Amino acid sequence: MKELLKIQNCNKHFDGITALDNFNCEISKNEILGLIGPNGAGKSTLFNVITGFIPADSGMINFKNFNISKKTPSKINNYGISRTFQDLRLIRQMTVLENVLLAFKDQPGEHLENVFFRNNKVKKIESENKKKAMELLKNTGILNKANDLADDLSYGQQKLLSLLCCLASDAELLLLDEPIAGINPAMIEKILSIINELPKQGKSVIIIEHNMDAINKICNRVVFMDAGKKVSEGTPAEVRNDPKVIEAYLD
Amino acid sequence: MTYLLHILIFIGIYIILSISLNLLAGYTGILSIGHAAFYGIGAYVAALMALKLNSPFLLNIFLAIIASAIIGALVGIPSLRIKDDYFIIATFAFQIIVFSILNNLVSFTGGPMGLPGIPQPVILGIKISSHISFSILITILCAFTFYVSNKIVKSPFGRILKAIREDEIFAQSLGKNISAYKVKIFMISAGLAAIAGVMYATYITYIDPTSFTVMESIFIISIVIIGGAGNLWGSVLGAIVLVMLPEALRFIGLPNAVAANIRQMLYGGLLVAFMLWRPQGFIGEYTFNRNNEK
Repeated sequence: MKELLKIQNCNKHFDGITALDNFNCEISKNEILGLIGPNGAGKSTLFNVITGFIPADSGMINFKNFNISKKTPSKINNYGISRTFQDLRLIRQMTVLENVLLAFKDQPGEHLENVFFRNNKVKKIESENKKKAMELLKNTGILNKANDLADDLSYGQQKLLSLLCCLASDAELLLLDEPIAGINPAMIEKILSIINELPKQGKSVIIIEHNMDAINKICNRVVFMDAGKKVSEGTPAEVRNDPKVIEAYLD
Repeated sequence: MTYLLHILIFIGIYIILSISLNLLAGYTGILSIGHAAFYGIGAYVAALMALKLNSPFLLNIFLAIIASAIIGALVGIPSLRIKDDYFIIATFAFQIIVFSILNNLVSFTGGPMGLPGIPQPVILGIKISSHISFSILITILCAFTFYVSNKIVKSPFGRILKAIREDEIFAQSLGKNISAYKVKIFMISAGLAAIAGVMYATYITYIDPTSFTVMESIFIISIVIIGGAGNLWGSVLGAIVLVMLPEALRFIGLPNAVAANIRQMLYGGLLVAFMLWRPQGFIGEYTFNRNNEK
């Protein structure tokens, strides 16, 4: 197995709170890694550090053997890491279709010289992207919502849409922050089955989730975090039975 | 008739100004109260070129756009670091600086005396001097501004502008280099505003710094908000309504001195009323509301 992302000795402190404490972790190609731990353990901070939204105090993050620490969020996304947010971010005043279209990479229409002087190319790629976006919406059963504002979707559909935006951005590594928290069981099934298919398409996933059934279902490896440290690592069963994990939850 | 054409020309100038500000404020969510400064820069660049170098109108308008866009980039870059209210203060400072320069660089800009005798445009041998020919020229320039702006906002580029307005963090997480987009739209907005400045200078044939103060910026913002932010037709509608409104006051027989003051009160009152009861303006799709900032 080839490693895709390697996090070495990452530290992050916020005014006396240790969010990451000498954190080390790696993820291989085509793997789904579960990241679990109590609230405030530093899981979301880890995502923010990997994706460049929060700079680490120290440490190194390598993606495909390339140092991405200190890069901007947009660059990191363009290298091939996409993410969702725990507090669900979407462009609510745009339609579902536009949200997905926004996510596609290398759009000629994002450059003004093309908008004014290579209109045919812009139109061609835009209609191709539209087709791809419709396909994504169709496969996940929200095609009929394509022209609704994202704001008008149910919470579960919004979570699904933010996952679709991640998929449209064609990243090799997806960081999903509680993708199924607070939604109905049918939607949970749907989202989990999408995630489960990703390794077959050459993608890897790190998923933060409190729902242990879901973790058991889709992850073959789990990292347990507490107070910014990696406490335990292994198969879901191993981690669940690790005395250190039990102790951390009882604290 | 001349009077009506005069009003039409001013409506045209304010359509250009409000559409250009709408790109920045309405579509990208970056509110600036320094827009009249770019209007002034356009007017002064074209006027000085014509007066000192006797250069042709088309070259003047081109250079006015370029100069204004470059200065726009310089003002836009701080917007990457300072946000919202603080950025508004920064654009206010910029507005004051431009006014002070125009007002104090007497040897170059004429200071408070302004620049009289600005030549009227000559395009391909045709002299634009009558009201009717000015109306035609301003209509063409309005159409050009609308075309360029419409093309931008309907493109994937425009989609990113809206994404920046609604949620910068989400846009970044999808790999959009939002800083580059902000600076670009700032340059376009400033460049287009310069067109209005050139038209004003060559139509009135006299400019002085008091035409390009913060009051003027606020008037342009009023057009954008009352017409409807995030909708180009809103700016057209807003310009028509707000330019014609004080003219209507004239017809109800108020003395001029009173009408001028009532005009200011009316604009202020309208702005407050719209902010309270119809923040999206006549036909806008964006409200400058704190709740949509995350």
